[in-house]
Amino acid sequence: MNDDKIIVCRCEDIDIQTIRNLIDQGVTSLDEMKRITCGPIIAREIAMKTGQSMEEILSTHSRPPFGGVLFQEVLEGIDNEE
Amino acid sequence: MRNKASVVIVGGGITGSATAFSLAKRGVKDIVLIERNELASGATGRCGAGIRQQWGTYQNCLLARESMKVFENFQEVLETDIDIELKQKGYLLLAYSEKEMDQFRSNVEVQHQLGIPSRLVSCLEAKEIVPFLNTQKMFGGAFCPTDGHANPFLTTKAYANAAERLGVEILKKTEVKGITVENRRIKGVHTDRGFIETDKVVNAAGGWAAHIGEMVGLDLPVYSERHEILVTEPVNPIMDPMVMSFSYNIYCQQTPHGSFIMGYGPENEPRGYNINATWQFLEEMVRKATWLLPPLKNLRIVRQWAGLYNISPDRQPIVCESEEVKGFFMGIGFSGHGFMIAPAVGTLLADLVTGSPLTWDVVLDLGRYDRHEIIAEPSVV
Repeated sequence: MNDDKIIVCRCEDIDIQTIRNLIDQGVTSLDEMKRITCGPIIAREIAMKTGQSMEEILSTHSRPPFGGVLFQEVLEGIDNEE
Repeated sequence: MRNKASVVIVGGGITGSATAFSLAKRGVKDIVLIERNELASGATGRCGAGIRQQWGTYQNCLLARESMKVFENFQEVLETDIDIELKQKGYLLLAYSEKEMDQFRSNVEVQHQLGIPSRLVSCLEAKEIVPFLNTQKMFGGAFCPTDGHANPFLTTKAYANAAERLGVEILKKTEVKGITVENRRIKGVHTDRGFIETDKVVNAAGGWAAHIGEMVGLDLPVYSERHEILVTEPVNPIMDPMVMSFSYNIYCQQTPHGSFIMGYGPENEPRGYNINATWQFLEEMVRKATWLLPPLKNLRIVRQWAGLYNISPDRQPIVCESEEVKGFFMGIGFSGHGFMIAPAVGTLLADLVTGSPLTWDVVLDLGRYDRHEIIAEPSVV
């Protein structure tokens, strides 16, 4: 299996090669990277390439929701309240 | 870090980055751009990523059309390899009353004076453009096929890279703490990394524009307001244009990456710097979006966030040099449409800073409020 095609983020459909290319282009903070792509696994790639610790890199915000939620599920939630 | 600069630009969003590039391109040396966080970390990177030319005033149409020319020829103009993910599949604006249709009719006339290829559409034609659109209660709409999408992060990054290549120093993670003014002239900028002597400052601070104004003793007529937004997982392309309505209050587009991104304008939102996401927004957004675009019910929302609109009295940008403080320039008050006109605004700010005549005949100065020449733009969300 081609290592470059590994999907690191299912919700954004980002593969590892995309991340590595961006790091090579100088995007080496998680804040910048996650804005262009996605979050946590990317932190490890940045750490490996730059030698920073995961703690240094992971000082960023997490945004809700934490897992994908269907519009339909939110709608049902509203209907149940009413 | 330089301790002397010909110009200090405050803010590393799209406006600051585009201005840095335009100035450097004209041969201005020793430019410093200061960004408190990361490039595009404020309003630019939080926006809906739409670019439209369907405006109601001649000057807004002009700025949007000129900016679109840059987006369309981006790699050439900036000499960059970065692909800004331009998508020109149109903006479809929906009308919910005869009055709103009349407004679109007069807007389209203005747009045609500038060669913007917009047109009015019937409900049936709207459904041809977006087959699953719910046209209940709709009176019709307007469509411009060359409007669309560009990626705000990549566009900002491309401008910043091009500016750096031309010698601009970009200081990220650097905060402006104060600005020294003597005899109503700029003398320098204090940062948390030291003092930079300069006689010109460009305020491109987006949501914090008023705060930078206070540093030179100005009470700028702008304030900030939270606007929320959400994004779904990426799916196969099913919707070509941005779908937008001023009266139903929604915008929603599918990016080239495949995700849907959408928001609406808040009611009774207090002024301030709060950018927390709320469940109230999530619920209302879901309600609005699934009524208008029913297939969205089956999509997953993966993230929501918020950013600041920097709002001016007429919801139009303020691009000028201060009358009170020589050397204090500003590109502020974009009221939610800063990204899409930034290429033109960067050019105008470069005109102002270099003391050149404005490239286009537009009135965006602060003095318009005293002269009561406010810009009556009818088409703002």
